[in-house]
Amino acid sequence: MNKINKLKIIKNQALTDEIHLLSLKVSDPLEAKPGQFFLLKMNERYDPLLGRPLSIFDLEGDKISFLFRVKGKGTKILSKLSLGEEIQITGPFGRWYPFPQGEFAVIAGGIGIASVFYLIKKFPERAYLFYGARNLSEILFYEELKNLCKEVFISTECGRGEYKGVVTETFREKGLKLNLPIYACGPMIMIKELRKILEENQSNLQCFVAVEERMACGLGACLGCVIETTEGFKRVCTEGPVFKIDELKL
Amino acid sequence: MKPNTEVKVGKLILKNPVVTASGTFGYGLEYSQFFDLSLLGAIVIKGLSINPKEGNPPPRIYETPCGMLNSIGLQNIGYSYFVKEKLPFLKRFDTKIIVNFFGENLREYIELAERLNDTDGVHALEMNVSCPNKNSHWRKMGLIPELLKEAVREVRKVTDKTLIIKLSPQVTDIAEMAKICEDEGADAISLINTVPAMVIDIKTRRSVIGNPVGGLSGPAIRPIALRMVWEASKVVQIPIIGIGGIITAEDALQFLIAGAKAVAVGTANFINPLSAMEVIKGIENFLITEGIKDINDLIGTVTD
Ligand SMILES: Cc1cc2nc3c(=O)[nH]c(=O)nc-3n(C[C@H](O)[C@H](O)[C@H](O)COP(=O)(O)OP(=O)(O)OC[C@H]3O[C@@H](n4cnc5c(N)ncnc54)[C@H](O)[C@@H]3O)c2cc1C
Ligand SMILES: Cc1cc2nc3c(=O)[nH]c(=O)nc-3n(C[C@H](O)[C@H](O)[C@H](O)COP(=O)(O)O)c2cc1C
Ligand code: FES
Repeated sequence: MNKINKLKIIKNQALTDEIHLLSLKVSDPLEAKPGQFFLLKMNERYDPLLGRPLSIFDLEGDKISFLFRVKGKGTKILSKLSLGEEIQITGPFGRWYPFPQGEFAVIAGGIGIASVFYLIKKFPERAYLFYGARNLSEILFYEELKNLCKEVFISTECGRGEYKGVVTETFREKGLKLNLPIYACGPMIMIKELRKILEENQSNLQCFVAVEERMACGLGACLGCVIETTEGFKRVCTEGPVFKIDELKL
Repeated sequence: MKPNTEVKVGKLILKNPVVTASGTFGYGLEYSQFFDLSLLGAIVIKGLSINPKEGNPPPRIYETPCGMLNSIGLQNIGYSYFVKEKLPFLKRFDTKIIVNFFGENLREYIELAERLNDTDGVHALEMNVSCPNKNSHWRKMGLIPELLKEAVREVRKVTDKTLIIKLSPQVTDIAEMAKICEDEGADAISLINTVPAMVIDIKTRRSVIGNPVGGLSGPAIRPIALRMVWEASKVVQIPIIGIGGIITAEDALQFLIAGAKAVAVGTANFINPLSAMEVIKGIENFLITEGIKDINDLIGTVTD
């Protein structure tokens, strides 16, 4: 059941210049699955008007967390809210990542880690994580992830870290041969690369990706968030945000 | 004592004057998880056409100061699917179902109105005069008085259900358009639809949405909408449904005082799924604190 909750901020911490970790105190019991998202309305003003979609990053006990990059007006305001202030969150919305049966591979590009962290946490010691960012300082929760995953492969574009270059290249080298179902979230260019790699290798591995589109209602009513798929337009908020990679028109 | 909130729109009696704006409430189902839809005065369904319509390419929405731009392109599931898959669910609620509809040309408008007239469970028709077909001169039926006149006249002939005409704000004189609807036998008018508007990305030098132009909605358009409702209410006797940027009961009350018999809550549903319900409650509270026994005593009481 989707709900509207007004929750108190118990943590709003800058992890880097751009990335914040926001934790809220859950009052009524809240259930959400990895890959789902909430709409966060920062304040009661009309500008910004709409809620901002953020993936559930973590949910434990009476604490729900979101990891977000400051991008524009809305996330900037969000990053400046103080402890004790309340915000409205609506959700959870959307299709979650199908639960992995055994071991699985995860590919996260940049802030894409926000969407897959909870999946990794829910299924500990089963994930092979390929995690890439522009530079090492943007690789977040490294220690925690190392403990939760079977193995972690870090790629940075600047070259520090284990692998130099984009995360999909590391996956091509080390990940394909694992022969595991893939869960991926990252920028569109990463998703495109991933699909290319899968096609070039004639791989028929199951591959689930979480995608983004601008949203208004978040619940399937406004038809504002559609993307093109092989079966026509689909709503990211309800038929997604998790899609099979071969469904997408990239 | 609970004040009377019942209002009459054409042949419909609404238990309260609050309805949902077409396209912002899906097919009702989406919001039924948040509150009991029977509380609503009526549900206005997403714009329907005879055949399913795919709509415009993404991106389809963009936020603007106190508003939003959309170019959904009237995507919908088509008449048959609606009747088979959505209507049975809607019939379970104790509220009125108003179907917003459009066609690619006048013939399609007439045909769909005929079918809706014969469809059990549809209580009223809301004709969206914003015809999307770029190749038909009927595209301008919402803008040109002569075309509007003919369109309303022809559609009126095929239905005896309550016929509401949903007007575009993109006209020189809204009062004239409203009067035409009344003269041609419409039971009510609703206004306004979204305001054609544009935002450009200066880096790509393109529109920020899939179409160059989209429709602006939300609080940004409310004062414009209110002014238009007021102007129209001075020249027509038929009920007006006021629409545009209504978020709170106070917003809604302004429209009622200006002369609207009912109001529709649109973009607000996106911000808070309970908006329509909260507007209903707020109106009731206002009536109580102001000692107004019947909402009809408030409607149109603005003084110049
Ligand atoms: C299902 C889903 C889950 C997401 N999860 C996360 C997450 O966990 N962490 C995170 O940092 N980001 C996430 N995003 C992206 C995040 O929603 C945007 O970065 C954010 O909305 C930007 O808002 P803004 O006001 O700061 O930016 P502005 O550019 O000022 O926003 C203007 C409008 O565009 C929308 N918008 C802008 N960028 C995006 C985008 N990439 N995707 C969707 N809408 C956008 C905004 O919501 C707003 O309506 C997610 C997006 C979706 C669709
Ligand atoms: C996403 C969206 C879809 C809409 N679809 C329709 C539609 O199908 N038919 C119609 O007559 N109006 C449609 N409208 C217009 C609304 O019903 C309403 O007239 C307008 O949004 C102004 O009200 P608001 O500011 O409260 O949203 C749509 C508006 C939005 C925002
Ligand atoms: S955001 Fe409204 S349909 Fe997806």
